[in-house]
Amino acid sequence: MKYDIIMAGVGGQGALSVSSIIASSAMSEGFYVKQSELHGMSQRGGAVVAHLRISDKPISSDMIPVGAASMILSMEPLESLRYLAYLSADGMLVTSTDPMKNIANYPDLGEVLRQIELTPHHVMLDSDQVAKKTGSAHSGNMVMVGAASHFLPVRAETIEKFISQMFARKGEKVVTANLKAYHAGRLAAEGSPGL
Amino acid sequence: MTQKVLLGDEAVALGAIDAGIHAAYAYPGTPSTEILEYLLAHKQKHNKPFAAWCANEKTSYEEALGVSFAGRRAMVSMKHVGLNVAADPFINSALVTINGGLVVVSADDPGMHSSQNEQDSRYYADFAHIVCLEPANQQEAYEMTREAFDVSERFHIPVMVRIVTRLAHSRSVVNVSEPRAESPLSRADSPASWILLPVNARRQWHKLLETQKDLLDYSERSAYNSLRLSKDNNELGVITTGIAKNYYLENLSELDSEPSHLHIGVYPLPVEKIRKLVSHVKRVLILEEGYPYLERYLRGIIEPAVRIQGKLSGEVPREGELTPDNIRNALDLPPHRGLELSGFALPNRPPRLCTGCPHADSFHAIKGAVDANESVFMASDIGCYSLGALPPYSAIETCVCMGASIGMAKGASDAGLRPAIATIGDSTFLHSGVTALMDCIAADTDMTVIILDNETVGMTGGQPTILPDSRLESVVLGLGAKPEHVYVLSAHPKQNERNAEIIHQEINYNGLSVIITVRECLETLRRKKRDKQAEPAGSELVAV
Repeated sequence: MKYDIIMAGVGGQGALSVSSIIASSAMSEGFYVKQSELHGMSQRGGAVVAHLRISDKPISSDMIPVGAASMILSMEPLESLRYLAYLSADGMLVTSTDPMKNIANYPDLGEVLRQIELTPHHVMLDSDQVAKKTGSAHSGNMVMVGAASHFLPVRAETIEKFISQMFARKGEKVVTANLKAYHAGRLAAEGSPGL
Repeated sequence: MTQKVLLGDEAVALGAIDAGIHAAYAYPGTPSTEILEYLLAHKQKHNKPFAAWCANEKTSYEEALGVSFAGRRAMVSMKHVGLNVAADPFINSALVTINGGLVVVSADDPGMHSSQNEQDSRYYADFAHIVCLEPANQQEAYEMTREAFDVSERFHIPVMVRIVTRLAHSRSVVNVSEPRAESPLSRADSPASWILLPVNARRQWHKLLETQKDLLDYSERSAYNSLRLSKDNNELGVITTGIAKNYYLENLSELDSEPSHLHIGVYPLPVEKIRKLVSHVKRVLILEEGYPYLERYLRGIIEPAVRIQGKLSGEVPREGELTPDNIRNALDLPPHRGLELSGFALPNRPPRLCTGCPHADSFHAIKGAVDANESVFMASDIGCYSLGALPPYSAIETCVCMGASIGMAKGASDAGLRPAIATIGDSTFLHSGVTALMDCIAADTDMTVIILDNETVGMTGGQPTILPDSRLESVVLGLGAKPEHVYVLSAHPKQNERNAEIIHQEINYNGLSVIITVRECLETLRRKKRDKQAEPAGSELVAV
């Protein structure tokens, strides 16, 4: 078993936290894991990407080869397209449709979404809306973890455990809110044609 | 044996802790920052080792050297270009008879994710005639850092651990072994070997050259330099160094027959092992991250009988990082294909100043201070404010190395290019701008220095500035700047107009002015608030 994930987003959106939750869950289930991140200048509102590799055999490269990723998980629609070359033909593109328009030449959103629809397997959801409905506007990234959870090689309960762990320091209320967002994302993705 | 999930940087830090270091020093710089951050966090919990941010890489190195003189183990970590700053003590320290283990970690940034160049620190280790250890993964980062201290004490030399961004910032499980206790205080027994007066230095240099054969012997025997000769493949031999091994292994299963393989993790280069491999094959492919260091060593100037392939011959890319994909051509494997966008132009999303960043206000004020048709020279420096180069600001013209802006503005002014303005961050100013300012003060150069004081080291994640910011003004005045041309302004949107007026007036003054524009970095401010709210139970939902 080998499951490679490209984690995409814009600096500050929490793509690294998402990656870290999935990585910890996979490790606790006995998988080998490597997670490659970018720090420094790219964190300043620029495009960020993390490579997360999960396997039942030791992993050599920290970087995923082109065409090998099982999933692109993106916090933002435009960024989900940036790393398309990494996705395998039967790979799944899971993305938020909620745009981060911090550049002057952000393309027409309709066109961006149409490009995503052209990919063979995709799940799109408005993570912002879903998060707001659960009453926790800031946890769009946990909504995306929920959406992705259907395809990941780890159990949903394990992911829940690590979401709780990650937010434990911030108190029970924060934990509950993020778990709620996770479940809402999971539910929202259930109706999607990508499944 | 315990298991931990660690970044490459953290594995290095824990390796040093378990090697019983007494102290660690650093100046923040991507991709090395997390090494000292881990040590600082450890110190907070366990009250040791001593760990501190320093003014710059040179002072960091010198402080570590003092610990070594006192018989205790010390580590100093920096990014590759930081080693340029520390080069003076680093190269000279190879001549002293190292007492407590001294390890210098240099984190290279091939691909320039967050740097000005791609330089390869292995050349520095070679230049200094010391041992360099180059881990291929997080586990080796931990083990090799531990070993580096033993090697340092065994041969009485500083030892380099060279890592690269892709290892520094990649996380994996590390098996941790029993920690070693700290060494007791014990002054170096022969102070003469630490006094590099020519008479001593010549003796020390002779000794270092004599040691080279022992270092080579150590390298030849090291298990980190592993040679596997293939019985049924006399055609191709692959030599990998550091993390390049991983990219080779990633592709290995697709090769028809497994080539002979030498992996190098320890320098000086294991000459015998290289010879053994080369005599076994017709063609050698060299995969190394960074410069074609090994390739040049092998290639020499005379074409060898064995064909050497690598960065110099063009089979392996000379620029940027190696990847599992860009070495496939060299292995005669076809390129991988992924999904493609057709006819849709993807705009770039460059990094940018945060909305509301005080630097933006400083740049607005500066632009407002300059007459529209006036030609101004705007030197700048390294930090978040380097992003002032990009639209919508397009406010700066230089970014060369830490602290260069003040010296460059002086040079431009000396040459007659005026008005000359230098912008520099608070931490960068203390790192190495302050010495250039002394030159400007001595000459009363016609120029304006603007210190953009956001009260933190912003770009690397908000480490504290080495001197509290309130002291910047007294530092500048203490150096002898004229008080009537030193200003402290608030970098606030409401003040932009007034600030522009003052900057305008000082640009027109025919001598040196120093203006400090102050407002705390939004990220640092936000984090402080968040930390306060997190204790006790958090009341507000915050996405991490």
